[in-house]
Amino acid sequence: MTTDQNNMQVSLPQRSIRIENLFKEYVPGKPILKDISFEVQGKSSVAIIGASGTGKSTLIRCVNKLIPPTAGNVFISGENITKLQGSELREARRKIGMVFQEFNLVERLSVMENVLCGRLGYLTPWRAWLRKYPQTDIDQAYELLESMGLYDFARQRADSLSGGQRQRVGIARAVMQDPHVLLADEPTSSLDPKTSVEIMELLVALSEAHDIPLVINIHDVELAKRFTSRIVGLSNGGIVFDGPPSELTEEHLKTIYGGASWLQ
Amino acid sequence: MTGVVKVKHSSPFKANWWGRFGWVLAILYAIYAANFLDVSWTRFVAGLGNGADFLSEMIPPNFTRWQLLLGNLLETVQMAVIASVFGILCSLPIGLCAARNLLPNWVTWPFRTFIALCRSFHPVIIAILFVKAVGFGPLAGILTLVLASIGFIGKLFAEAIEEISMKPLEALRASGAPFSSVIVYGVLPQVLNRFIGFSSYQFDVNLRNSTMVGIVGAGGVGGTLFAAFQRFDYDFLAAILLSIIALVMMSEFMSVQIKKVFQ
Amino acid sequence: MSEIKVNTWERFTFGERMARFIVFFGFALALSISLRTVEVIPEFLLDAPTQVADLLARMWPLDYAYYPQGIHHALMETLHVATLGTLLGVLMAVPVGIMGANNIVRVPALHWLAKLILVSSRSVNSLVWALLFVAVFGPGPLAGTIAIGFRSVGFVGKLLAEALEETNPGPVEALTAAGAPWLSVFVKSYWPQVAPAFWGIFLFRWDINVRESAVIGLVGAGGIGMVLDTALNLFYWDRVSVVLLSIFVVVIVAELLVTNIRKRII
Repeated sequence: MTTDQNNMQVSLPQRSIRIENLFKEYVPGKPILKDISFEVQGKSSVAIIGASGTGKSTLIRCVNKLIPPTAGNVFISGENITKLQGSELREARRKIGMVFQEFNLVERLSVMENVLCGRLGYLTPWRAWLRKYPQTDIDQAYELLESMGLYDFARQRADSLSGGQRQRVGIARAVMQDPHVLLADEPTSSLDPKTSVEIMELLVALSEAHDIPLVINIHDVELAKRFTSRIVGLSNGGIVFDGPPSELTEEHLKTIYGGASWLQ
Repeated sequence: MTGVVKVKHSSPFKANWWGRFGWVLAILYAIYAANFLDVSWTRFVAGLGNGADFLSEMIPPNFTRWQLLLGNLLETVQMAVIASVFGILCSLPIGLCAARNLLPNWVTWPFRTFIALCRSFHPVIIAILFVKAVGFGPLAGILTLVLASIGFIGKLFAEAIEEISMKPLEALRASGAPFSSVIVYGVLPQVLNRFIGFSSYQFDVNLRNSTMVGIVGAGGVGGTLFAAFQRFDYDFLAAILLSIIALVMMSEFMSVQIKKVFQ
Repeated sequence: MSEIKVNTWERFTFGERMARFIVFFGFALALSISLRTVEVIPEFLLDAPTQVADLLARMWPLDYAYYPQGIHHALMETLHVATLGTLLGVLMAVPVGIMGANNIVRVPALHWLAKLILVSSRSVNSLVWALLFVAVFGPGPLAGTIAIGFRSVGFVGKLLAEALEETNPGPVEALTAAGAPWLSVFVKSYWPQVAPAFWGIFLFRWDINVRESAVIGLVGAGGIGMVLDTALNLFYWDRVSVVLLSIFVVVIVAELLVTNIRKRII
């Protein structure tokens, strides 16, 4: 398994996510996502910006089919997710790490258990029930926690942690999956400015260290410009901007967020 | 602020006419219902005399047949233990299958109907039917209490699950966890404490009910109690009642201790 | 650095595991002892499905004609027993509940007396209460009403005491500081705070009492239970099924009524 992975990293640098002509409508005739296409490869990071309600969250959930798209395709390292069902879909989801706005930890479980949750897709239900994780998983979890400065919190309950610490646990859980791509849905919205910067740094560093693409939904344009190499602007469910942060002008921001008075 | 128009203040305390009307209605109803039920003061007073005799015959309680009493109490406890274990074990999956936020409607409605059926009949009525079906004795009582437990815990457990936060479940689904692991990691930790609370409460309830189902022949101390009552053995009756109260209080104390372990 | 740390992980500490083990072991032990000693005849259990099927076959078809002549009056009697019993229980529970709330009454002796009354009321089943009052007042709805009342005291009193203990002491202090007499303090500061809880408790208990008053007739305390008892003793199974159906309908209607009213007032 491990050798296989090493081989893949050498021979297949293409850890990628490709979205093709994605549509999503909850009410027929009223699409919330219209013809979304973009591709991210390797260690590059993309920020998706847009006003609330433009379908950023829906888009990111269409990637791992938490919300099934109405039309279009999503490829994760070449595999089409949208056609998968049942256990095939679950196996594909293991390759997609996801970080959430409100961390989505199981509050009553310990930090360690939350991190190990990232391995549930690899574990038989019986072993999951008995908490019989392979030693390699436990070692990896401890290493991750140590690198994030959370080693001493491993036995504490998740709800005893601060927001920034919880988000780190959430990120550790996603990394435990050995993901091919990392999705983050507003990872900094529930955090203070300083912690937000730390979390963004952590996400970008992980993307580079593991050589995996990072897709972040974010409404904070400054953070997006500072940390990502590419920005995708959504407005009314369609892409209105796709390029490096340096090309993002105030004109673009006006089309994305509407109005101009906030741009002071 | 010159030339203020004098506003006529209404009384700051709004007279609650509906409330007062309600009290009058309640009193009128009580009189009507007492009439309907043929409840009268003379009967009540006559009863009080009987009650005094009754009480004086109960005191002092007669514990001479303590072996019979102890055996009966033991059977009561046994029934409660068996019924609680099986009832709780059954209500865990049944409650889970009745939670509408986890499963589609076509799965939940048969389970919810079953729970509603278990709840709507008093245990005594179920006990009567089981006595007819499986004969006199503790088996009928155990089956009764199992159904009652499913009705109670199943409903509360399903409601507890319907109130959980779905966010961790979303995260677990996104990581590709199989459905059963989502339940074990996402649902159970959120509801387990409440489930243990319901279960220990249900054990209490089962213990109380198992003292009662004997009255219709379904085993336990209730049978002896009914027999003592019919034979006008009131001092023994008092002994039985006192030991039932002691038993119930003991179990309340124990359930508090057990809950502490799982906190 | 990391080689000193032993990277093992287990869900619980040793102490937690032991405590859990003891509880589970205790239950397993109690269960196995109970299963071995309880006098259950397994053949009866195996035979149960056929017996139940037989029972159901005899219950069908339902003897609807019996409803107007034998059941309706008893059903009304049951409802009145439940309602009047609840009123009686609440009337008795209010003083006991006040006595049991440790933020209002600070006399330990009264406090313990209240606890004793509440616990004994709840420990004795309504059927047993009915039995006792049938002995005192003779068979009939009077015994049933009083039994329902006595049984309700513990439940209503306990919940009322808890609601009173959870009240905010602020308004109470304000009124006491203003020199209001005790009764005014109670009516104007405690009562508004506990009123919604009080009506909730009342309705909840009434719902329970409808179920209970349907069975206390089995020991002679009036209502539909007596009709059921007669039908059972005479093996009129088609009547039994009508009685059960009417109890079922009444119980469901009562529950729907209570849930709807509770939604309005809370």
